[in-house]
Amino acid sequence: MRTAFVILGSLLILFVAWPLLRTVTASGPAILWQTLLDEEVRDSILLTFYSSFTAMVIAFICGVPLAYLLAHVDFPGKWLIEGIIDVPIVVPHSAAGIALLMVLGRRTLLGQVFGLFGLRFVSAAPGIVAAMLFVSLSFLVNAAREGFEAVDPRLERVARTLGASPWRAFWRVSFPLAWRSILSGMILMWARGLSEFGAIVILAYHPMVAPVLIYERFESFGLRYSRPVATLMILICLATFVALRLTAGRKTMSNEQ
Amino acid sequence: MQVRDLWVDLEEFYLRQVNLDVAAGEYFVILGPTGAGKTVLLETIAGLHQLCKGYIIIDGVDVTNVPPERRGIGFVYQDYVLFPHLSVAGNIAFGLKLRRLDRETVEERVAGISQLLGIDHLLHRRPGTLSGGEQQRVALARALVVEPRLLLLDEPLSALDPATREGLQRELARVHRELGTTTIHVTHDFEEAVALGDRIAVVNEGRVVQVGSSEEIFRKPGSEFVARFVGVRNIFRGEVLPGENGYKVLHLDGVGIAVVTDLVGQAHGSIRPEEIVISKGPFRSSARNSFCGRIVNIADRGTVVYVTVRVPPDFTCVITRRSLEEMELREGLEVYIAFKASAVHVF
Repeated sequence: MRTAFVILGSLLILFVAWPLLRTVTASGPAILWQTLLDEEVRDSILLTFYSSFTAMVIAFICGVPLAYLLAHVDFPGKWLIEGIIDVPIVVPHSAAGIALLMVLGRRTLLGQVFGLFGLRFVSAAPGIVAAMLFVSLSFLVNAAREGFEAVDPRLERVARTLGASPWRAFWRVSFPLAWRSILSGMILMWARGLSEFGAIVILAYHPMVAPVLIYERFESFGLRYSRPVATLMILICLATFVALRLTAGRKTMSNEQ
Repeated sequence: MQVRDLWVDLEEFYLRQVNLDVAAGEYFVILGPTGAGKTVLLETIAGLHQLCKGYIIIDGVDVTNVPPERRGIGFVYQDYVLFPHLSVAGNIAFGLKLRRLDRETVEERVAGISQLLGIDHLLHRRPGTLSGGEQQRVALARALVVEPRLLLLDEPLSALDPATREGLQRELARVHRELGTTTIHVTHDFEEAVALGDRIAVVNEGRVVQVGSSEEIFRKPGSEFVARFVGVRNIFRGEVLPGENGYKVLHLDGVGIAVVTDLVGQAHGSIRPEEIVISKGPFRSSARNSFCGRIVNIADRGTVVYVTVRVPPDFTCVITRRSLEEMELREGLEVYIAFKASAVHVF
């Protein structure tokens, strides 16, 4: 039985690993270097990373408190809030883009209010951040909630009796204990943001993030021309992902010693 | 510390009209069965639950609306609840650091309390690597180091194995003698209550049903519930001294009872009524303890009968109704009682 399971599982792994490996090995180092020197490519990759990071920071500021409430407080309609947090995972991302456009578009109320402060979403970097935030916030909120749920509420109570205000009890006890989960949620969310295409393409085709650039080059110039960009993106994402995972893992281990 | 007319409603537990007076420096025990609301009562005193009615006074100041961090309370839970992300030293220093004391003072006081509790060799360890008894000492040190006006202990010994429990119980008594911190200790174990408490409050279903010294509670249970909960037992306080043949002797007023124990000094002994045999003539059996006394009370409980024999002190034993009739026992009659040294539980 075990042999059969190994074979079946391997098929799936192969299905993921092979195309990635093919793409990565298809372009030689010389072409990759040349692509990296292309300013358009460099800009779009930086924009992608930066936008996804901004979205993550926003989700962190608002999402961690929300996750804490969901983990420790019972209130009517809690199931609804939890549902809303999960919706972005199931909605087609192009549809999410349309939905955002309906609220953040130039002629909408919100769009105009933000316009007063010089903040434009359509075909602008804030639009990219908004799209990334929308489709990936679930990852951070859910991971943080699981992190807080694992913290015994009595730990905070003990901290309170020892002289900690509610804020300090949170920062000194619950937050550090949930930090591992929060961090892994942040990494997951950030990675999910990097790969976003559907919602961004509708809200802000320009300036081009890397996934849009890959698509554009494929459409206009074909496979040969878009492949080096794709390779580059896969390599960079993989490298950062592994690096972040390693540092997170190490931190965890030192915590447990 | 005073609690007046306290009412609390939580989803699973509630408190009804609770009144308590705990004197400064007293070791006060709250005794009750599981689910009686004991933990809720402690957490309410600590300020962790909203009350519907009533007020709480500590050191003459009404603290009903004071948040827990400003009540000057130390809290110890049954299962320690240590901060897993901090070392033992970090756990103990937690409250001191919140008070923004300088590093030297913090280290000094952490060292002082760890020495008192015998955990100074564990300071650099993580709580997860300690045994239950060690963890509970750390929790105790963490609560005591901030010099609380009131120490609240929620079943502090219940999660420990019997040997560790006995050790830590003596430790609690010693620490209380040395520091004199007013202490409220919650337990469902009556022996723990007797051994530690200056006074005991028995709670049931969210209400305080009786308050008094252990003597009063066990000799004169105020209600059917208290009598059932504490059980009819023979409890004595005395001094354990070395005896012959590996036995020790628990000296009460006038009588010495042979016992088997590692303890010495002041201690309690308890004997279950069914362990005592009664007879009209002297015994020739191997039982270590046999005394002559006079029957002072016969309480009929249906199928069994409780006979109290004054040696003194009073021993209560249980016999069947049939034996009572066969032996023709009656009040005022002189009888002999006997029990094994191993039947005496010393604590």
